[in-house]
Amino acid sequence: MSETQTAGTSTPADPTANTPTDQTHHWWRLIAVWVVLSAILDPLFYYLAGPHIPPGTMTDVAQGAQFDFNILFIIALPVLLAVWIYVIYAIVMWRASRGGPEPVAEAHSRGHLGIQVGWILSTTVIVIFLFGFGTYELVQPGGAGGGQGSSPIWTPTSKTILPIQVIGQQWKFTYRYPTFGGFETNQLVIPNDTTIEFNVTSLDVIHSFWAYQLNVKADANPDYNNVAYATTQQLGTFIVRCSELCGIWHGAMYNNGAVVTKSQFESWARLTEFRLRKNTKLLPPYALTYTPDANGADGGYYPDNVDPYSKVETYGAKQPKGGG
Amino acid sequence: MSLAWKVTVTVVLFAVCAAAGVILIVALLGTPPTVDYTAQSPGGAVNVALQTVGTYGSGSHASWVSYLVRSPQGQWVHTTNFQVPAHTRINVTIYQYDSGSPLRNQQTGLVTGTYGNAALLNGKTFQVINSNAGNGVAHTFSIPSLGINVPLYANNGNANLCGAAPCTLKSPHNIIRFSFTSPGSGNYRWQCFVPCGLGFLFGNGGPMSTLGYMGGFMKVVA
Repeated sequence: MSETQTAGTSTPADPTANTPTDQTHHWWRLIAVWVVLSAILDPLFYYLAGPHIPPGTMTDVAQGAQFDFNILFIIALPVLLAVWIYVIYAIVMWRASRGGPEPVAEAHSRGHLGIQVGWILSTTVIVIFLFGFGTYELVQPGGAGGGQGSSPIWTPTSKTILPIQVIGQQWKFTYRYPTFGGFETNQLVIPNDTTIEFNVTSLDVIHSFWAYQLNVKADANPDYNNVAYATTQQLGTFIVRCSELCGIWHGAMYNNGAVVTKSQFESWARLTEFRLRKNTKLLPPYALTYTPDANGADGGYYPDNVDPYSKVETYGAKQPKGGG
Repeated sequence: MSLAWKVTVTVVLFAVCAAAGVILIVALLGTPPTVDYTAQSPGGAVNVALQTVGTYGSGSHASWVSYLVRSPQGQWVHTTNFQVPAHTRINVTIYQYDSGSPLRNQQTGLVTGTYGNAALLNGKTFQVINSNAGNGVAHTFSIPSLGINVPLYANNGNANLCGAAPCTLKSPHNIIRFSFTSPGSGNYRWQCFVPCGLGFLFGNGGPMSTLGYMGGFMKVVA
């Protein structure tokens, strides 16, 4: 009878059948299964599922996020396999038989220092590596698509950047194009092969601009300009959602955007600038933030002697001089 | 009875009571009724009539601003839900009885999503309202998912405005008309984009956050 058979089919009359020799045998068998499965499943995942992992590759930061997710999964999968293989193996090989003795007992049940140290060391190395990897990915040029505040540290290397302002209000996003006369529209259209600077702000409560497929996500705070960058590299449509609970219609605060060719964008922008010209003249001058006051969004804080929520003062009231 | 059974029974009873409580609260709160226009003019255009009032004038929120919907039978219903047929011309008439202000975002001063991106104000075509001039804008009728936005020109705040719904044409008012084609079946949220919930944070609480006042659903059925 082989060592494996001895360990796997130990009889009730022989509770000490699990000898150190048997364990060594199990150990190498577990490692072999783990290595083979990891070597098969990791490449399978990376090459088959990896290209389809969200958020896709519509922008450089989206592609970066997809790459990061794939790396994380490739590292996590062998760890997952190690645990599952060991658990399943243990259940199959060392299960207790009805009425029999404990299959693993005495010295074998008190743990294994080598395995414990090895597990702690290996997981520590993995976590430290991921910390370094994640930090590097976060700070590479242009950042990772997240809002960087009003003074971004990680700016893109591109010399031509298209600024677009994202304005959140309860309950929709609007977009201003300062390089096209400052028109404001419900539509978010951006050109391909272009670095976009999103300037995100709010007219009321805190919202969050989340252009999912672009991998851009930046909080929209009143009185604050939150900057995020992304470089487009693929045509298509994307979804914009508010990802900060902002009131009763928060769930309905979404719209679609599109990445189009540069020539299509130019045509659309010029046409929209012309079409909206009457209303653009009525908008406040382009600014990075707009502070709602008793007379709308034309700038200025609430003066001390005006209650912004008073019916008398709010509706049609003139701001006292110096109050804006 | 074992401890496990006692715990199980207690948890189940608690869950049942909690569920019953939630159902009771939802039932008590109720939802505004839906005015059904689908039987109107089969195959032809549907005429929807709404009115806006500065203060509803009665009930638990008498001081709240509100929309009302006129039923095909001509009765004003305190609701913001209405039902129309799909792929049909919808002619909307809004009787606007409220005063106004400059818009927080003048972008909503633009008419969009209607035929010709235009509307009629007391019989005259307009495409944009300068909310910083004249009486300003009282409210908007907006269906964001359809790109529809119509600003409603305000009445003079010093006039003797209607203070209790339903208002009649004897009170100062503006009549705004516009048309659009209804989309495929579904529920389409609409709301006012003027922060007119006075006394609430940024003006968007109270009536702006309550179905039956300044927002609701256009239900489109095939």
